[in-house]
Amino acid sequence: MTISIKNNQTIPIQSIPVLKYEDFLSVNLSLLQDASSHCVNYYGLFEAGIIKLICCIANDSDHTVLISSSEIIGGENIYPSFTAQHFSFHIFERELHENFGIRYNDHPWLKPVRYPYDHANQESLISNYPFYQIHSEELHEVGVGPIHAGIIEPGHFRFICSGEQIIHLEIQLGYQHRGIEQLFIHKKKLLQRISLAESIAGDSVAGHTTAFINLWESLCNYHPSEELQFSRTLAMELERIAIHTGDLSGICTDIAYQLGSAVFGRLRTPIINFFQSWCGNRLAKGLLRVVKNNYYFNEKLGLELENILDSFESDYIEMWNKFHELPSILARLEKTGVLTTEAAASIGVVGMIAKASGIKRDIRNSHPHDYYTQLKHEPVIKHHGDVYSRTQIRNEEIRQSISYIRNMIQTIPIRNNAEESIGPLQKNSFTLSLAEGWRGEICHCAVTDDNGELIHYKIKDPSMHNWLGLALAVRNNEISDFPICNKSFNLSYCGHDL
Amino acid sequence: MLDNIKILIHQGKQYIPDITKVEVPGIFKGRPEISAEKVDIVALIDLCPTNAITADPVRLDIGKCTFCGECALSFPGKIKFTKDYKLATNQRSSLIISEGENTNINVDPDQIRKEISKYFSGSLKLRQISAGGDNSNELELNACGNVNFDMGRFGIEFVASPRHADGIVITGPISENMAEALQICYEAIPQPKIIILAGTDAISSGIFSESRALNRNFINQHTIDLFVPGNPVHPLTFINGVLELIRKR
Ligand code: SF4
Repeated sequence: MTISIKNNQTIPIQSIPVLKYEDFLSVNLSLLQDASSHCVNYYGLFEAGIIKLICCIANDSDHTVLISSSEIIGGENIYPSFTAQHFSFHIFERELHENFGIRYNDHPWLKPVRYPYDHANQESLISNYPFYQIHSEELHEVGVGPIHAGIIEPGHFRFICSGEQIIHLEIQLGYQHRGIEQLFIHKKKLLQRISLAESIAGDSVAGHTTAFINLWESLCNYHPSEELQFSRTLAMELERIAIHTGDLSGICTDIAYQLGSAVFGRLRTPIINFFQSWCGNRLAKGLLRVVKNNYYFNEKLGLELENILDSFESDYIEMWNKFHELPSILARLEKTGVLTTEAAASIGVVGMIAKASGIKRDIRNSHPHDYYTQLKHEPVIKHHGDVYSRTQIRNEEIRQSISYIRNMIQTIPIRNNAEESIGPLQKNSFTLSLAEGWRGEICHCAVTDDNGELIHYKIKDPSMHNWLGLALAVRNNEISDFPICNKSFNLSYCGHDL
Repeated sequence: MLDNIKILIHQGKQYIPDITKVEVPGIFKGRPEISAEKVDIVALIDLCPTNAITADPVRLDIGKCTFCGECALSFPGKIKFTKDYKLATNQRSSLIISEGENTNINVDPDQIRKEISKYFSGSLKLRQISAGGDNSNELELNACGNVNFDMGRFGIEFVASPRHADGIVITGPISENMAEALQICYEAIPQPKIIILAGTDAISSGIFSESRALNRNFINQHTIDLFVPGNPVHPLTFINGVLELIRKR
């Protein structure tokens, strides 16, 4: 009842089974009984009056993704929701409801997602979001945003508090919506589409661009050389080190630990400056391309990077050792903002947040692509689900990435000087691409028509799954701990809003 | 205590002593120079993802350019990106570089509003607003205040409340969904106040041009005091631009 594919495999769209909605629902829900399965994408596309729903369930133990579909009319019809039986679908069905007006009879939280410009109900306005309310004399509400105190993207947080204690948090997003999925179709040049991929989330340039490139090359039936695979993986691991280190600085800032904030903050600099040495941009925009490599990673860059990592590592370890032995720091991080394993599993979080709550979920291990097939990555797992676990994950992943990079640059693949060309997109096809950015699992899906033109592009940033995790983690915490909880999640606004 | 001092010593000297003259390491895509070389102009124009290049004479608009670098790679004799990071100006037209025109990009002192140097030359507090920004410019604006670039030494700082601010720095192409919040925040700032656009997305909407999810009325209705190109802006570009704006008279 489903078709099983590998990461970055292109299949004819006709080969995806089309199920009756009731069967579609029960098949996909039954797949999730296996704890190593989770939903990596569930979305719809509208064609000739019919909404085609496509559900993608990844199985981490056998490294496959099971795809199935259903065609529905929407309109006045009312459908039973997936979410009533498995909360991890909540955000996807909210999106389906928002985009197409699909009605559900038992979705517990059918709220707007991002107010896209073309959403079905144009009467629903971002200024009028239906916040959950509790009418009580003893509780009060605190509203924060969309503009926040620091240099940070916009989003609105509405707390319901009892004194200093958070009872409930609702996160309203959409302010960053730029219509990027629609632009992928509207803008026809490959270079435009790559530039868009680089702008989905400017802190995850390597992650999202790798997902796009792998998808595109698969659609064109092109197999990247070792050199290309090498540079993509290297860029993703450097990005992980840079952002994780910056996050440690941010965590120190939020607990007013000045030394850690300054030292971790400045340690990020040589890593992103290395991107500039490599490609002329500190955040790796312009580095990764389809079929070609504009900036060959040569021996000289290898040596430079080795030196940078050597001096980074000694200063980093010294700072970390000091940081994690201070009781005043641990007191702020431990048992703060706990996302339990059960809650994490039920809402289907991914990436760092899943790993900090005891769930092994990491595309580098479960659905490896590019150089990850050779790295034999073992994810770092922590079990307490608190701010400290999320901090420790960053620390250990930084060290892991350093050791991967050290290994990789021992043998730099030789330059492929042949002019490569790429064929047209395969017609009437579907491709799915997964990549583990520093935040977690990125998923891009594309569909082509019978002229071999791109007709649909779907982007899922890991933040889509994880924002609800933050809302749950802060319950019963003091509202003064919200910044540190938020920083420890560090989710993307623009990646979510698209 | 001793450990703390040791850690401090191990960091060495991190700040950049002269922010106006330091050379950036590695490759940098700064102010472009366009030669008189004859090339296939149609191909050159067609290659650019944001229509930043136009013909007769060949011009490159760094307010539209995403600095993808492809034009310089495909036509190395025609277009070259120099390491000059001083790209900021108060004149939108100064961002359009013509063939054979290899002059610096400046803030035009005659066009600076008089109150800017009067009130802000020694201290400038800014409120940042991300309106569809992808978090790359935001990261770089944060970096302006870190120990390396240390913008605070010039009295330039980002503040939390618009009530404390002397102006706004906008990043992102300005999403429709942020248009109202941007307007409200701007109005909350006391007079006199300045507007800075940081990054290609804010200046021209960059790769997001033609998106139906944008609302750029705010930009069209206000006078912009400083345009800072980049994708994202480099901290050196930002700091030098702001310094020129507040110190020149
Ligand atoms: S570097 Fe700028 S001008 Fe050149 S192709 Fe890219 S966007 Fe266009």
